[in-house]
Amino acid sequence: MANDTLGAEVLEHAEAGMPQLDVSIFPNLIFWLIVSIVLLYLILSRVAIPRITSVLAERSDAISSDLEQAQLYKRRAEEAEAAYNAALAKAREEAQKIAADTKAQVGKETAVLLAKADAEIAAKAAESEARIGEIRESAARSVEEVAKETAAEIVAAILPGKKADAAAVDSAVSSRLKG
Amino acid sequence: MKRTRRVQERAERATMAGEAEHGGNGFNIHPMEQFKVHPLFGDGAVHWYTPTNATLWMLITVLAITLFMVFGTRGRALIPSRGQSAAEVVFGFTRKMVEDVAGKEGAKYFPYILTLFLFILFANVLAIIPTSFAPTSHIAVTAVLAVAVFVTVTVIGFVKHGTHFFNLFWVSSAPTVALRIVLAVIEVISYFVRPVSHSIRLGGNMMAGHAVLKVFAGFAGALGVGAVLPIVAISAIYGLEVLVAFIQAYVFAILTCVYLNDALHPGH
Repeated sequence: MANDTLGAEVLEHAEAGMPQLDVSIFPNLIFWLIVSIVLLYLILSRVAIPRITSVLAERSDAISSDLEQAQLYKRRAEEAEAAYNAALAKAREEAQKIAADTKAQVGKETAVLLAKADAEIAAKAAESEARIGEIRESAARSVEEVAKETAAEIVAAILPGKKADAAAVDSAVSSRLKG
Repeated sequence: MKRTRRVQERAERATMAGEAEHGGNGFNIHPMEQFKVHPLFGDGAVHWYTPTNATLWMLITVLAITLFMVFGTRGRALIPSRGQSAAEVVFGFTRKMVEDVAGKEGAKYFPYILTLFLFILFANVLAIIPTSFAPTSHIAVTAVLAVAVFVTVTVIGFVKHGTHFFNLFWVSSAPTVALRIVLAVIEVISYFVRPVSHSIRLGGNMMAGHAVLKVFAGFAGALGVGAVLPIVAISAIYGLEVLVAFIQAYVFAILTCVYLNDALHPGH
C-alpha cells in the first residue's frame, strides 16, 4: 500500500515534471510560435536581407571599381615610365651627338693651331739656320783671313827679306783649308 | 550523447524523487519547473491566445534578432561597424551553408532558412540566461518547426519534379529489383522519421541541458557554502550548453538544407 502511494507519487511527480507533455499548452505555444516566426520572416525578408544584400553588393562593387582604378593608375604609371625611359634615351643620344660634334670641332681647331704652330716653328728654325750659316760663313771667312795673315807673317818671319808672294800664300792657305 | 543525457536526467529525477520522499531536507529540486508555461498576467488558464512566458521569450527572440540584423546594420556602411560586421558574418555564413548544401536553386529559400536558423539560435542562446524560458525545449515548438520544414520540402519536391520525386526512394543503382523494393521501404520510413528526429533532437537537447543545470543548481543551493563541486559542474555544463545552443541551431538549419537539397535534386 505504501509502495503504491509512493509509486503514484513518483509518477505524479514525473508527470508534473514534464510540461512538454502537457497537451493543454500546445495551442498556445503553436499559436505564438507561428506569430513569432511569421513576424521574424517578414522583418528579415523585408528589411534585413535586402539591406545586407545591397550593402554586400555595394561593397563588392566598390572593391572591384577600386581594383579597376588601381589597374588604371598602374597602367598610367607604366606609360609614364615608358615615356620617361624614351625621353631619357633620346636625351642620352643627343648628349652623345653633342659630345661627338664638340670633339670633332675641337680636333679640327687643334689641328689648325698645330699647323700654325708647326709653321711658325719651321719658320723660326729656318731663320735660325740661316743665321747660323751666316755666322759660320763669317767665322770661316775670319779664320781664312787670320790664317792668311798668320801664314804671311810666318813666311815673313821664316824668310826675312824675301817678300812673300801674297797671292801664292792665299792660294796655298785656301787649298789647305779646303783640304 | 542525447541518450546518455536523457538517461542521466531520468536518474536524477529519480534521485530527486527519492530525496523528496525523505522530507523537505533541502533537496527539493524541481528541474522541470523551468519549462512550465504560465500566463504573463494573472493566474488564469492558458488559452491559445493567452500571452505567456513562452510568448514573452519568443517575442524577445524576435526582438533580439531584429536588433542584431536590422538595428546593427542601420549604418549600411561600406566599412562595417562591429555590429554590422557580425550581422554580415551570420548572413554570409547562412547563405554559404544554403548554397553549399542545397545548391544554387536552394538560394531561393535562403530567407526561410535564415529565419529558422536565427530563431532557433537566438531562442537557444537567450534560454541559457538564468531565469529565462526556453521555447525550443518544448517539443510542440520544435515539432511545428520540423513539420513545417517537412511539409514545405515535400511540397517543393512534388511541385518541382512531380512523380520524379519518388526517385528519392527508388535506389536505381541497386542491382536487383527486390533489393530496390527493400531499399524503397527503408527510404520511405527514413523519410517520414525525419521530422520526428529533427524535432526531438533539438527539443531533447535543450530540455536535458537545462534540466541538468537546474539539478546542479539545486545541489548547490542545498549544500550551501560547501557547494564548490556543483558550482564547478554548473560552470562546465553551462559552457557545454552554450556550445549546444549553437550546435543544435546549426544542425537544425543544415538538416533543413539537406532535406531541401533532396527535394530539389531527388534521386541517388
